[in-house]
Amino acid sequence: MQISIENLSHAYGSVPVLSDINLTFEQGEIAVIIGPSGCGKSTLLRLMGGLEEPNSGAAYIAGEVPTRCLNPLTYIFQEFALLPWRSVAGNISLVLEDHRLSKSDANAIIGDVLARTNLSEFRDALPRQLSGGMKQRVAIARALAVRPAFLLMDEPLSALDSQTRELLMDDLVDLWARERFSACYVTHNLAEAVRLGHKVIVLSRRPGQVRDVIDINMPLEERRNRSSELEGVQQQLWQMMREEALAADRELADG
Amino acid sequence: MADQAPTKRTSPEARKKVPFRGGGFKPRPIRFVAPLVFLGLVLFWEFGSRNGIISNLVLPAPSEALSALIDLYQSGLLWAHVSASLHRLVLGWSVGTALGIVVGVLIGLSSLARSSLLPLTAAFFPIPKIALLPLFVIWFGIGEGSKVATILFGTFFPTVIATYGGVDNIERGLIRMGQSFGLSWFSILRKIILPGALPAILSGARISASIAIILLVAAEMIGAEYGIGAYVLTAGSLFATDQLIVGVAMLSILGLCVSWLIGKAEKVLLNWRG
Repeated sequence: MQISIENLSHAYGSVPVLSDINLTFEQGEIAVIIGPSGCGKSTLLRLMGGLEEPNSGAAYIAGEVPTRCLNPLTYIFQEFALLPWRSVAGNISLVLEDHRLSKSDANAIIGDVLARTNLSEFRDALPRQLSGGMKQRVAIARALAVRPAFLLMDEPLSALDSQTRELLMDDLVDLWARERFSACYVTHNLAEAVRLGHKVIVLSRRPGQVRDVIDINMPLEERRNRSSELEGVQQQLWQMMREEALAADRELADG
Repeated sequence: MADQAPTKRTSPEARKKVPFRGGGFKPRPIRFVAPLVFLGLVLFWEFGSRNGIISNLVLPAPSEALSALIDLYQSGLLWAHVSASLHRLVLGWSVGTALGIVVGVLIGLSSLARSSLLPLTAAFFPIPKIALLPLFVIWFGIGEGSKVATILFGTFFPTVIATYGGVDNIERGLIRMGQSFGLSWFSILRKIILPGALPAILSGARISASIAIILLVAAEMIGAEYGIGAYVLTAGSLFATDQLIVGVAMLSILGLCVSWLIGKAEKVLLNWRG
């Protein structure tokens, strides 16, 4: 399965946020979208998953959706979006309840995703008892439970402190190594982009346009130990981002 | 400065502890203070009455009120009054609250309901329901109908306002999450919106329950044989101040019970807040 975005433009009222975006997202690949704040990268992700409607152009799904898939396009949010009144297992069960699975099937899925994200012992904990990193792991487990074809990740590590962010990046790399999931990953953090991205899409400041697409060919699993070799890519990305970020920073909010 | 080691010992006069200036502004409940204050007040009152500081005409002694209560109990009318009032309260409050939650959720979710019902709520909420009592008597009859209706209307509006406020305050991110996982509209309502609005609904219930007790006395002003309100009003018109105190104390105890029950409900239903 593939996602393609064709001639997509979007505006909030009279403020254009995205203009003429054309992109393809391949299966089994993590595509990272970076750009200065307010460039419309989160909007692009919401348009891709059908949470908002574009003014013109569209996002398309090409190819067969895997049959086991319960929710092909599945989000992971920056603020975790866990229901505080449900336990860890309850939060995962929430997204299975509308799919008419038998109780034992649902329990099997919940047990499986908790095991895959090393959360089994937290099954009955409430969100308020968990640290930020654990909350995001629960959100990842919840996303895996619906067997997504594509993960749409909206700055998933931005609400976490830098140490937790490192740990979760390792987790995501491990997970990708095992499952080869497909993802579109939005961030403003260049270190995340070069650690997790098979390709990095750079958006310009508002109205967002595709400025460049950079492929990084080093395998994800090796990147932690070969980070010095990635330094060059990160510098290149920063050069591109710098002027955009500088200009975006000086814009008036409602200009 | 850093290279001036070793530091010279300063004389004791020059050395001063940094004064503590934090703390405070955070009262905590202390056990047994409330009952002790209450007991002290009643004892002072009794003492004052016996010594003539408080004239019996102004305020009867607590012991007199107590004997009036015992009289009431022995006459067998205590339960008749309490049960009549409880019946009206429970019926009026629960129907009013249920309708209030439904309308509040509608206002919280639908643009049409918000534009049409919210101004109506704002217009009707401040009307004292006591003023409408004669109308209620004409509409719902002089029996139970008008009394239940008074309490029902009195509790309906505060519940509407509390509920739609609660629905408005639910994190948009949670609703978007529900949509992104393909949850049905009804699932989002039942599993995200209602539990999310529950804290606001319960604190609204605290207010509406107090309003219901206040309105109980008003509702029992016309054509009520039994009821705590009727008992208080009869005692008032006969200047039987000892009975008046008994009735008022019963209303106050009723209020305490209701508040305790809602506190319990909050503990059980909102345990996720920690």
